[in-house]
Amino acid sequence: MIEELSHQQILRYSRHLLMPEVGLSGQLKLKNSSALVIGTGGLGSPVALYLAAAGIGRIGLVDYDTVDSSNLQRQVIHGTSTVGKLKVESARERLQDLNPDIQVDIYNEPFTSENALRIAKDYDIIIDGTDNFPTRYLTNDVSVFLGKPNIYGSIFRFDGQVSVFYAQEGPCYRCLFPEPPPPGLVPSCAEGGVFGVLPGTIGTLQATEALKVLLGIGESLIGKLLLYNALDMTFDFVKLKKNPNCRVCGPNADIKELIDYEEFCGVPGHHADDTSAGAGWDITPQEMKERITRDPNLILLDVREPHELEIAAIQGAKNIPLGEVAQRMSELDSAEEMIVFCKRGSRAARAIEILTSAGFKKMKNLKGGINAWAEEVDTSLPLY
Amino acid sequence: MTTLRIPTPLRAYTSGKSEVTVGGAKISEALTDLTNQFPAIKPHLFSEGGELRPFVNLFVGENNIKDLQGVDTPIKDGEKIMLIPSIAGGSLIPNPSPEGEGSPFSLRERVRVRAK
Repeated sequence: MIEELSHQQILRYSRHLLMPEVGLSGQLKLKNSSALVIGTGGLGSPVALYLAAAGIGRIGLVDYDTVDSSNLQRQVIHGTSTVGKLKVESARERLQDLNPDIQVDIYNEPFTSENALRIAKDYDIIIDGTDNFPTRYLTNDVSVFLGKPNIYGSIFRFDGQVSVFYAQEGPCYRCLFPEPPPPGLVPSCAEGGVFGVLPGTIGTLQATEALKVLLGIGESLIGKLLLYNALDMTFDFVKLKKNPNCRVCGPNADIKELIDYEEFCGVPGHHADDTSAGAGWDITPQEMKERITRDPNLILLDVREPHELEIAAIQGAKNIPLGEVAQRMSELDSAEEMIVFCKRGSRAARAIEILTSAGFKKMKNLKGGINAWAEEVDTSLPLY
Repeated sequence: MTTLRIPTPLRAYTSGKSEVTVGGAKISEALTDLTNQFPAIKPHLFSEGGELRPFVNLFVGENNIKDLQGVDTPIKDGEKIMLIPSIAGGSLIPNPSPEGEGSPFSLRERVRVRAK
């Protein structure tokens, strides 16, 4: 237990010390507290930055990815100079530059049922900055089992949600969402996009809630869900109650240990190759190039959105956005061979599923989508 | 008449509309009106057996209908209904398997069958 601040620290935190709600005792509380941030992406960036700036004594960062330039539109903890580096190392460098007083522990590994309890047990609060359902359910269950507050934030395009799930005092994530939505219902940010500033808003709200919980001040979002829409600029609050049938925190809970979250969600949480339609359906960019050379009339079906064609397009391809494939399949001939593609392959795989159920058989999915085509065949096209 | 707020992920099935005006004295009637106006949204809200899917959360004002009378919850005129989605950030989409049944729920249902 650290019981005093150095003169340098008093100067650093003077704007906190001036506020009676924080003051010297609050600042010492923060210095003696710890927070685990799961994910150092869009949400984890502002969360970790503000917690470090606020003087949280120990911050844990979990991520297994490396920094990519397409991250920098929103993941502001990283920078151009750290592209290619491990995200946890890039983030630690930035945090230590912002505040050398704090300890930053890094975990360069996926957060899984095997390591989650071990990693999380020594932190006061857990912050959910994850980007997929399996890891969200895992983060929730770990928080419930360890009796720690889970500072929840989630984003999609222009929508964001924030809450504090703390089973000791209120509902948990599973009380609201007992089951994840079926795979395929919610497109990923990589496919659906995300407004870059949105995780900034949501992550900053998570950091706010984390600091309040650690300081024990104000009204927290326990039992409340904040819904934000950046496009409409609306903030709505709804009440959340503990679900008496909750499988992890209810009185008759039947889930008492961590489970296989990828199976539970029906989706991979980590290292997923979501660019392929599976064996037998894939065609590589090189193979596609050869096929086009042999048969210039081969049908190419681009299932991306029309505005994506402005970024990169393959000449001669017919564009039917995925959402319209079911209604417009009469424009296609099921007897003709066809190569379906999108940005990376997952929308094309869904289009193939729709067309298969309508009796189409002669289809191939361009593995890796137009991005792979741009990398391997037509390098004049940009990657996006 | 009442206003039903549609979250971004489901706007693809409501012609991009963020709010839909629906009629009905209770939630079930309002949802019937919604699915009559926008049939494409139906499989995203209801199972094949016609039950509201467990990940679908509907709030009347500030309250979850699960904490009220479920789909029988009455709606007062002008009260706002919100559909609250599960969103996960960059959630990954699995690949539909080639032998898939053509439904967006097939993999999930296969997983459930396997889990039994």
